[in-house]
Amino acid sequence: MHASFLDARSRIFLVILAGAATLVPILFLAVPAGSALHMPAYLVALFGKYLCFALLALSLDLVWGYCGILSLGHGAFFSLGGYAMGMYLMRQIGPRGVYANPILPDFMVFLNWKELPVTWWGFNSFSYAMLMVLLVPGALAFCFGWFAFRSRVTGVYLSIITQAMTYALLLAFFRNDMGFGGNNGLTDFKDLLGFNVQSDGMRAALFSISAIALGVGYLIARAVVTSKFGKVLIAIRDAESRTRFIGYRVETYKLVVFTLSAMMAGVAGALYVPQVGIINPSEFSPANSIEAVIWVAVGGRGTLVGAALGAVLVNFAKTWFTGALPELWLFALGLLFILVTLFLPKGIVGTLSGLSIWPRRNPPQARPQPTPAE
Amino acid sequence: MRMTRLIGAALGRAMAGLTRKAAVAGLAIGLLGGALAPCAARADAADDVLAKFATDRFPDTEKGIQDLAASGLATGPAMLEALNGNQLYFDPASKAVYFTNAAGELIVARTGAKADGVAQARLKKVRMNNSVRGAMQAAQGALSLMSPDPAKRLSGAESVFKSRDPASLAAVETALKAEKDARIRRAFENALAAIVATDKSQDEIKRLEAMDVIKERGDQDAASLLSTIAAANDGRVKASAEEGARAIQSRLALWAHVQNVWYGLSLGSVLLLAAIGLAITFGVMGVINMAHGEMVMLGAYTTFVVQEWIRSHNPALFDYSLFIAIPLAFVITGFIGVIIERCIIRFLYGRPLETLLATFGLSLMLQQAVRSMFGANNREVGAPAFMSGAFDFGAISITSGRMWIIVFALAVFIGLLLLLRVTPFGLRMRAVTQNRRMASAMGVDTNRIDALAFGLGSGIAGIAGVALSQIDNVSPNLGQSYIIDSFMVVVFGGVGNLWGTLVAALSLGIANKFLEPIAGAVLGKILLLVFIILFIQKRPRGLFALKGRAVEA
Repeated sequence: MHASFLDARSRIFLVILAGAATLVPILFLAVPAGSALHMPAYLVALFGKYLCFALLALSLDLVWGYCGILSLGHGAFFSLGGYAMGMYLMRQIGPRGVYANPILPDFMVFLNWKELPVTWWGFNSFSYAMLMVLLVPGALAFCFGWFAFRSRVTGVYLSIITQAMTYALLLAFFRNDMGFGGNNGLTDFKDLLGFNVQSDGMRAALFSISAIALGVGYLIARAVVTSKFGKVLIAIRDAESRTRFIGYRVETYKLVVFTLSAMMAGVAGALYVPQVGIINPSEFSPANSIEAVIWVAVGGRGTLVGAALGAVLVNFAKTWFTGALPELWLFALGLLFILVTLFLPKGIVGTLSGLSIWPRRNPPQARPQPTPAE
Repeated sequence: MRMTRLIGAALGRAMAGLTRKAAVAGLAIGLLGGALAPCAARADAADDVLAKFATDRFPDTEKGIQDLAASGLATGPAMLEALNGNQLYFDPASKAVYFTNAAGELIVARTGAKADGVAQARLKKVRMNNSVRGAMQAAQGALSLMSPDPAKRLSGAESVFKSRDPASLAAVETALKAEKDARIRRAFENALAAIVATDKSQDEIKRLEAMDVIKERGDQDAASLLSTIAAANDGRVKASAEEGARAIQSRLALWAHVQNVWYGLSLGSVLLLAAIGLAITFGVMGVINMAHGEMVMLGAYTTFVVQEWIRSHNPALFDYSLFIAIPLAFVITGFIGVIIERCIIRFLYGRPLETLLATFGLSLMLQQAVRSMFGANNREVGAPAFMSGAFDFGAISITSGRMWIIVFALAVFIGLLLLLRVTPFGLRMRAVTQNRRMASAMGVDTNRIDALAFGLGSGIAGIAGVALSQIDNVSPNLGQSYIIDSFMVVVFGGVGNLWGTLVAALSLGIANKFLEPIAGAVLGKILLLVFIILFIQKRPRGLFALKGRAVEA
């Protein structure tokens, strides 16, 4: 891991992203509908969705691939970002809702609420909503990590409690009393910054912004992992106790990278919601978070580019399978989990870059375990 | 019932000539119900009563109902039943009264014979309002007191207890004299006490005595009755009623706690069943098996298949279906577990995060496989006779199914504990988990033990599935709903410790049931999840952490 900030792989990745960010809107908006090169609206939204998933995968790779924190709750940060965006979009509906209440979203009128709960205050302002997109997932990750890393909850224990965290949020958001639309979530969005979310121009813009966000996210992640800070992260991943003995405050490093990663996931969620037009509690489901982990595993963890690639590939396969062979999708996904972990532990990108072609089969005692401090 | 009705009718006709005016209501009821007390009833009394139903006026109908019991009319109970279902008719022209019985036949109320050749379209319904309905319920209660069916007598007594109609006093007293069944006697005594205690015209000493009987009854109905009395009276009666209601309420509050503990134990035993297999695979072997829930699901589907087979081949065996399903589920899921271990997990020892992902993939495949084979809908799994029904324990009602699941969960737990403690296989398994290389050096085939231990954990998940099929929906998603809870239980209890799993499952179950009334079901669960998340921060190795170096590996 002695790479320069922008190696060849990064440059290729960024060029492809830049190409997509300009080409897709052109093919969608400028090329006439009859032409073979014209891109239909649903594809733009679909690819935009893939890019959001890629950003989520990237954030997950940052903590899992470089710091060894396998979070099974990143879907929670993604969804919280999505809810923050959804709340802004709900407030933008204004009096155009079914009940035509200028302040309260429809579901609150339906529940006979009289005034806007505190949690919704300020969400009519775009800048406040965007701040929340970063702050809410970041704050949750900070609090969660503060407790977990300081008490040295590691490995599978951490994975299980992150899963419990997203599960608890799933249950919480299903409740109507929470004031986030309960079961149905938030939907029927109209405007984003005064433009119709369904309009072609907005779709193209959202796609380009997603591509740019992925590029920026990549640059940030890349800056982190190539810095000295990143080297410590890798040291923590490979030998946590040893790193601690050398004198690094392991929990601080973990906390910083975990919070950063959660904020990136939140941005991915915020871009995802206007493109799919709905956010509901099922996004919190633990299975979603685990699925995100497999994107990273397929692409190659600890490669960043691989995570993004894996997200796009797996989701493309999902789209194709659920259209052509819906019965077989879960078989294929399940098999992918098993085959990748058994035969491709470094993922596509990791394997291709020739570091190692075949997994070593490690019996439990084969890896020397450093004796922890306790 | 038909027999007694015939006798009643015959007697009624035979005594038509007699003119004994003192036809006591209770005794006449005795005749109606079939008790062969010497008695007389006037035939024209019956006609008078029936005429009241045909006037189409509510007060007359009400009077008719009240006199129905005294009239000695054999069809009385059936008429009330019909009235309750809006099936009582009269002919506006001839003033004759008819009703349709349970079989849908039109019957002449006067004779009890089938009304052949009467056009139902010509008849008018006897109408009801709330006061008629009240009178009808009171009369029904009084009439059923002498029914030969014990269940009917009991429910009759209960309805008198609730209506507290002074008019039924004589009927209850008569019925009490004739009653032999101790439980029904008590119900009659309660009903009598309720009437006496509320009736202001009764002697105060008698009322206070009656209230003592009600206090002894001690349930929610008794408490509300006493509160009503306290509100309507003053002086000694009021004081006594208030004190009684308070005593009953505090006793009931205590029982509510007992009930919460019981429900908690029930939920805890379900958690224990779901988690105990995981305590082997995760707790003892250190393998994160995300497909554990699917093993539970496969066990439940095994029960379904066994019951289907029994239904189509040998229905007599149905009550034994669970005894067939338990070993079968153990063998099937255990075998699948061994295959999983041999094909996937053994390549991933020492890489727990990868094991987690691979087994999650496996769980997706198993879910989809079951969905393809059995469909996505819930499957019907029946309960054998000994699992259905309920009985009373103090002031709470206990369902047999829940009780047997608690017993079963504890039996599985003890069986597993013994297996690990006293059998050679258990010894080898503990040896391998504690020090693999040393065990291997001593001649233990560690590969075989790994496979068998994983098979054991999966097999126990399978038999848990048999039990859970009795209380949960059998669908492809059955396992998913338990997996997070199971992990929470094992992690909370402490990895590698079966006792920890037991304590964790039961305490989480009880805590959940005590939180539910305060915070609501969902919020209670969230609070528990948050509690466990925080608890793990404090004690990362759970309640009962293993001491020593083995834990750190």
